[in-house]
Amino acid sequence: MSEQAQHEGHQHHVTSPVLYIIILFSLLVGTALTVWASFIDLHAWNPVIALAIATSKAMLVVLFFMGVKYSTKLTKLTLIAGVFIFLGLISMTLADYMSRAWGRW
Amino acid sequence: MSDSPATAHGALAEAVNPHGEHPSYLRHHFQSVEQQADTTNFAMWLFLLTEVMFFGGLFAAYLIYRNWYYPAFVAGSHQLNVGWGTANTAVLIFSSFTMAMGVWCSETRRKNGLVLCLILTFILGTCFLGIKTIEYHEKWEKHHIPGMHYSLQSFLNPASDPDIAQYHDKPLPLDMARHTELYFFLYFAMTGMHALHMIIGIAILGYMIFRARAGAYTSGHVTFVENFGLYWHFVDIIWIYLFALLYLISRHQ
Repeated sequence: MSEQAQHEGHQHHVTSPVLYIIILFSLLVGTALTVWASFIDLHAWNPVIALAIATSKAMLVVLFFMGVKYSTKLTKLTLIAGVFIFLGLISMTLADYMSRAWGRW
Repeated sequence: MSDSPATAHGALAEAVNPHGEHPSYLRHHFQSVEQQADTTNFAMWLFLLTEVMFFGGLFAAYLIYRNWYYPAFVAGSHQLNVGWGTANTAVLIFSSFTMAMGVWCSETRRKNGLVLCLILTFILGTCFLGIKTIEYHEKWEKHHIPGMHYSLQSFLNPASDPDIAQYHDKPLPLDMARHTELYFFLYFAMTGMHALHMIIGIAILGYMIFRARAGAYTSGHVTFVENFGLYWHFVDIIWIYLFALLYLISRHQ
């Protein structure tokens, strides 16, 4: 039966509320940090830092609130494939637009 | 299929009592509750990926136009209130937390806890929309909504706008100032589409509160709450990026 269960699906994981509280505070700290960083003049680094913090916050939400860390390999693979295609589409579109009117924007 | 004793036995039992051998929420085309849960979870993620592509188009448009009409997008961004934006980010993060706790209550079969968590999520979602309304109203009053009555005053003569005194913006030439309308078009398209997702989410939350009070979701079948949670967290993630891109990255240029 246990062997069969492994083939048919994985056991449901229950994340503890303590972990949810830790993630909540990490996300609030991340928000405070990104607002604070936006008040400092870092020139070209401002957008980079804002997006880096946003991405770490999104990672926390995806891994723990959405439980991808404890999900099936299929879900993980689906998510990684989707994000990969999304980033591919974005970078190819941006590369096209920037190179087409090079120096004329 | 035929070599699985559980299925054969199940089929026999079904003839006598349709749901004697398995929980009533297990659909007959699935072999087990786990398989059913994994399948619906997979489907939900596929739906969320289509949503990523949908919002991705808007993000791409924003990035391209921001590069083309950079001074206009910086001036437009200075019109947004970072205080309200930060408050809304915190509200949405709290609502994601209450939703995650709702899923936990559902998993551990706490009916009252689940109802409380869903109500809190509902209230926080409504708070978010309330704050968004205040922000939209500000844009309405200053004629910063694209269309017939759009006003270029804040961009042609920034000194006349006390709200942006802290930025010491230089006046934009007329052709560049006109492109601020594009910034606000994208601002309303992106935050408006996000708000529409919030409204749909809040409507489903209302339905879930009603059902949870009747005892649904706390008898072992957590799929609906879990998948709604995925949707709600996804909407939170979109906002995390909108906040960074629309409010924060242009403050110093």
